[in-house]
Amino acid sequence: MSELTREQAQALIEEVLEVYPEKAKKDRAKHLMVNDKTIEQSKKCITSNRKSVPGVMTQRGCAYAGSKGVVWGPIKDIIDISHGPVGCGAYSRGGRRNYFSGTSGVDSFCDINFTSDFQEKDIVFGGDKKLAKLIDELEGLFPLSKGISVQSECPVGLIGDDIEAVSKKKAAEIGKVIVPVRCEGFRGVSQSLGHHIANDAVRDWIISNRDDKAFEGTPYDVAILGDYNIGGDAWASRILLEEMGLRVVAQWSGDGTLTEMENTPKVKLNLLHCYRSMNYIARHMEEKYNIPWLEYNFFGPTKIKESLREIASHFDEKIQEGAERVIAKYTPAMDAIIAKFKPRLQGKKVMLYVGGLRPRHTVGAYEDLGMEVIGAGYEFAHNDDYDRTMKEMKDATLIYDDVTGYEFEEFVRQLKPDLIGSGIKEKYAFHKMGVPFRQLHSWDYSGPYHGFDGFAIFARDMDMTVNNPCWGMLKAPWLKDDAEGELKAA
Amino acid sequence: MAKLRQCAIYGKGGIGKSTTTQNLVAALAEAGKKVMIVGCDPKADSTRLILHAKMQNTVMQLAADAGSVEDLELEDVLQVGFKGIKCAESGGPEPGVGCAGRGVITAINFLEEEGAYDEELDFVFYDVLGDVVCGGFAMPIREGKAQEIYIVVSGEMMAMYAANNIAKGIVKYANSGGVRLAGLICNSRKTDREDELIMALAEKIGTQMIHFVPRDNAVQHAEIRRMTVIEYDPNHKQANEYRALAQKIVDNKKFVIPNPLEMEELEELLMEFGIMEVEDEAIVGKTAAELAA
Repeated sequence: MSELTREQAQALIEEVLEVYPEKAKKDRAKHLMVNDKTIEQSKKCITSNRKSVPGVMTQRGCAYAGSKGVVWGPIKDIIDISHGPVGCGAYSRGGRRNYFSGTSGVDSFCDINFTSDFQEKDIVFGGDKKLAKLIDELEGLFPLSKGISVQSECPVGLIGDDIEAVSKKKAAEIGKVIVPVRCEGFRGVSQSLGHHIANDAVRDWIISNRDDKAFEGTPYDVAILGDYNIGGDAWASRILLEEMGLRVVAQWSGDGTLTEMENTPKVKLNLLHCYRSMNYIARHMEEKYNIPWLEYNFFGPTKIKESLREIASHFDEKIQEGAERVIAKYTPAMDAIIAKFKPRLQGKKVMLYVGGLRPRHTVGAYEDLGMEVIGAGYEFAHNDDYDRTMKEMKDATLIYDDVTGYEFEEFVRQLKPDLIGSGIKEKYAFHKMGVPFRQLHSWDYSGPYHGFDGFAIFARDMDMTVNNPCWGMLKAPWLKDDAEGELKAA
Repeated sequence: MAKLRQCAIYGKGGIGKSTTTQNLVAALAEAGKKVMIVGCDPKADSTRLILHAKMQNTVMQLAADAGSVEDLELEDVLQVGFKGIKCAESGGPEPGVGCAGRGVITAINFLEEEGAYDEELDFVFYDVLGDVVCGGFAMPIREGKAQEIYIVVSGEMMAMYAANNIAKGIVKYANSGGVRLAGLICNSRKTDREDELIMALAEKIGTQMIHFVPRDNAVQHAEIRRMTVIEYDPNHKQANEYRALAQKIVDNKKFVIPNPLEMEELEELLMEFGIMEVEDEAIVGKTAAELAA
């Protein structure tokens, strides 16, 4: 479909909203906008971080998902206890594909579900004793763990268990960090509050633990914040930083460790990839330790090069030369990838609906391949995310917040994108509509997508999805004759 | 067999719900009725006078000991006391931990699923913690449970406030289910014109004072022996009071959706009976120094 004018895009939004009852229409209208690059602040045109309208099939998670699943889960040498009934832990285990190196069950615990498995009696009589016993058992079974976090599920907040008291007492007994996290699922409107709560828990229980301990620093120490190592993303990012001469002291939190986190206040610059989930701790370190932080983007060569140069600009000539050297080294390989895939993807339209940073951060990578993002939205963004998104997106593209199943399907029906990047719950609905789809939360069991290495995989994956012959085979052969024209259009 | 009648007893904490309930149930049993008491209070003191026990083993405690409530059998939690009265206590946590409301829900569900409400029974009485602080303590009056509610009250101001609040709670469940207010039981504290006051209150709410239970030390004498008056001293006049209450409940036909009073109405009533001073708006928010000036 050809590009929409602003008026056409606005008309499309209004048409889609038409089916709603008055109150829902009024509410949802505030969450849908046509991008206008002349506007600086998104608050003038879009509302975000509000409670979802009932019945619209929102794709949001909860505070527990944001804390345990996103922020805490990937720290490999800390055991995360899912404190409450068994399901929350089971369904948040391993789904994000946050890779780690280490020996599971010995020094790494990312892929094991630890839960206090609440029963009726634990609700009625309280779960504090069970939590204390569980910590004792963990200490016996997994003595090499560096610490424990207690991730509160909903009932813990309802019955008023004092997990802080248990954590303090047990931490003193076993001599390890035990962090109580009040991330009960009913708090807030989405997983976003869980990220914030998780950041605050790190601030209160971890960040200052090594303040007065010796640390052999270098002028080139940095930390990666907000990279969860999905499919190895953080590894593909780290090598670039190291090649340009920086020392990566910590990875937050993909393949990260407790010690790395405790040492982060010693770095010279915090590099923030997922702004939404870790800006809180970056700001805290700026205030308390005077450490500047910088948002960067390691999706696609254009953005990677921009980011490498911007990171280097915070350091001396040695690092700046290093950045140029890295860029020069990888440019031929990137050019070859673009030469191979761009002709196959040129002009293809993409619609995105993902989480923390991808709806804006991947735009450049698609553009490197000649593709165009015509719609983008977030499940749980705030307005500072939309401020940033409006700059990345072209004029008159669609921006949608906490989009409903119906709205998303209607936009796709009318705009006919060549590719959708979204989550597992959207995937099969769009497959059935015959639209190529990539799962952009966990990279569809692929990745990494970060860094130059990741771009090679990203380009290959997009090509094999968009140009997959299966899309031409969706209709049964005996139905095809009449509809040949229609198929080509689709 | 007559249809099983399920009754819940509510009232301000300390008003004498458990004592009244057990004496009343003993009188019913004495008259040949088959009765069960379900204590819905973590204190678990709703059956001690029937069982002569300090405290019955509660459903929740037994469930915790056994591992889960699914591991329990009905015989474990149901005890039989005076004149064949069946007794169960929901139990719950120590003050300050866990969720007592969930304990009530779990225990009542368990009794239902295990068939404690058998066809032989004429009456079930739920003795519920003073305030309906959360959904758990409203469990006994949800659909399919207690249909009749008796509120124990006295002529004291706070007891009447509480009774009126409980009536408000009943309205909510009366509109969605079949629960009805069946009467106020006045457990006398020997305040002035107590019977008239409670009758006036009952009339305003739209119900009846089903019985006036006078204050008598015989109740305490029996209680020290962990007995009801009916059992301890069946010929005492106080035993007859409970028998009268029991007979009135057997014969009771007046089940209403209550019409709880607005705060002003209630206060007017209290002023009328001299329990509350007429409010002087001029002194509200004034400190002693300001008033002296």
